Amino acid sequence: MRQLQAAVVAAGLLPLAWLIQGAVRGTLGANPVETITHTTGGWALRLLLVTLAVTPLRRLFGWSALVPFRRTAGLLAFSYACLHFATYVALDLGFDLAAVVEDVAERPYITVGFTTFLLLVPLAATSTRAAVRRLGRRWVRLHRLVYVAAVGAVVHFLWLVKADLREPAIYAGIVASLLGARLWWWLSSRRASLAAHPEATSAER
Amino acid sequence: MLIRHPEPIPEREVTDASIFLRRRQFLQNAAVGAAVLTAGGPFLAGCTDAQEPPARGPKLPGVKAGPPALATDETPTAYHDATAYNNFYEFGTDKGDPARYAGSLRTEPWSVTVEGEVAKPGVVPLEEILRPHPLEERIYRLRCVEAWSMVIPWVGFPLGDLLKRFEPTSNARYVAFETLHDPEQMPGQKRRVLDWPYREGLRMDEAMHPLAILAVGMYGEALPNQNGAPLRLVVPWKYGFKSIKSIVKIRLQREQPYTSWNDQAPREYGFHANVNPEVDHPRWSQKRERRIGDYRKRPTLPFNGYGEQVASLYAGMDLRVLF
Repeated sequence: MRQLQAAVVAAGLLPLAWLIQGAVRGTLGANPVETITHTTGGWALRLLLVTLAVTPLRRLFGWSALVPFRRTAGLLAFSYACLHFATYVALDLGFDLAAVVEDVAERPYITVGFTTFLLLVPLAATSTRAAVRRLGRRWVRLHRLVYVAAVGAVVHFLWLVKADLREPAIYAGIVASLLGARLWWWLSSRRASLAAHPEATSAER
Repeated sequence: MLIRHPEPIPEREVTDASIFLRRRQFLQNAAVGAAVLTAGGPFLAGCTDAQEPPARGPKLPGVKAGPPALATDETPTAYHDATAYNNFYEFGTDKGDPARYAGSLRTEPWSVTVEGEVAKPGVVPLEEILRPHPLEERIYRLRCVEAWSMVIPWVGFPLGDLLKRFEPTSNARYVAFETLHDPEQMPGQKRRVLDWPYREGLRMDEAMHPLAILAVGMYGEALPNQNGAPLRLVVPWKYGFKSIKSIVKIRLQREQPYTSWNDQAPREYGFHANVNPEVDHPRWSQKRERRIGDYRKRPTLPFNGYGEQVASLYAGMDLRVLF
């Protein structure tokens, strides 16, 4: 199990390794800062979608073996989000904090991206076993923020694109299916429990 | 419509033109070869040197230096970057797509339709378009609306000199340009990312300004396809999207023409699109830019640093409204 986890982490770090060798060799193209920004942002989004896919895959196909890797994927997603944000602040804006504040305040896609990044922080901070135990049911409620973060990440991408919406639209479709499946199951179970206990209110669920 | 028959061309000039066009073909092949190498990506990186410059074609003959007052002494952008990092959505929306796919564009034969408010309209072969104009090198800054910039040594001639040959009427207040529309040659046009063909336009006084040129080359060589071969506009004080590529139609008219980005998203892209650090794009700041090849961003200059020459064209206009 431990080796498998290590293999997953190693695989998740391949895009970073590709960026590092590219930066060293100077093969990241005409605009390396843009390449690093897009690559780290893209992997943060893709890995976030991987974490969201675990539950539907388990319910649909019984792939429970994936569950232990959800946290790994989530922390990798957060790592790429940190690199993405750091690239933007350090390499793109050269630590010009006034420019960061202006961007966050005035450019909707950056407002959404920054908010999404902030939403991920408490999730990463409460990813330890101890935190899960300590927070109990509140942990589950807190970690529903990942649904908002996934939508935020896709909106960030959609609003950044000038004209060709194909790639962000694919991610939007994936997020819609992953969240739609949950909504569907939630509505079905609610209907079932209401049928079994007509006196129960939604607040007691 | 009057079709103007081209004047007979002296034999030696026909030869010159065909050499010119063969050189372009050579460049295309070189670009495709480079693109194949690049497309191999990181896996090929171990066995080939991805930094190797693409094969370069021979120099265009007879290019003289342009007016020194109009040239910048800044270092030109690396040839490889200027020919591998392009916005030319006719070949795809990724910056690398034009270099990868522009090989399918056939630039020979090529003709340009000149029509509208001119005394002498016509469908004019490219050779005839170029024949009377001495080629000049113009080293210009190029500022993209996406907040990056380059310095390109263009080879071309003043747009105004060409327009005068067709004798604009007094009704000619605007010039409209169109790019080729042929999805077989320009695969990016198979998807409706923009309302094809790509169209751009200038006010007549802007078009007649000595800084505005039609380019047929860069770095002393024929234009690579991905940079808008065989004939493109270069208007250095405006955002790059104004400098329309692979032109097949020039129409002089009374009304302000349809222009692709402006009509697709009028809040984001103005008709004038003068480089202006004071007016931000709604989605990114225009105060600074990254010169390709640089790490740190630099301040963006009003009119891309050409204010001394062109600011008077906009005297009395509120450039925050007419951006």
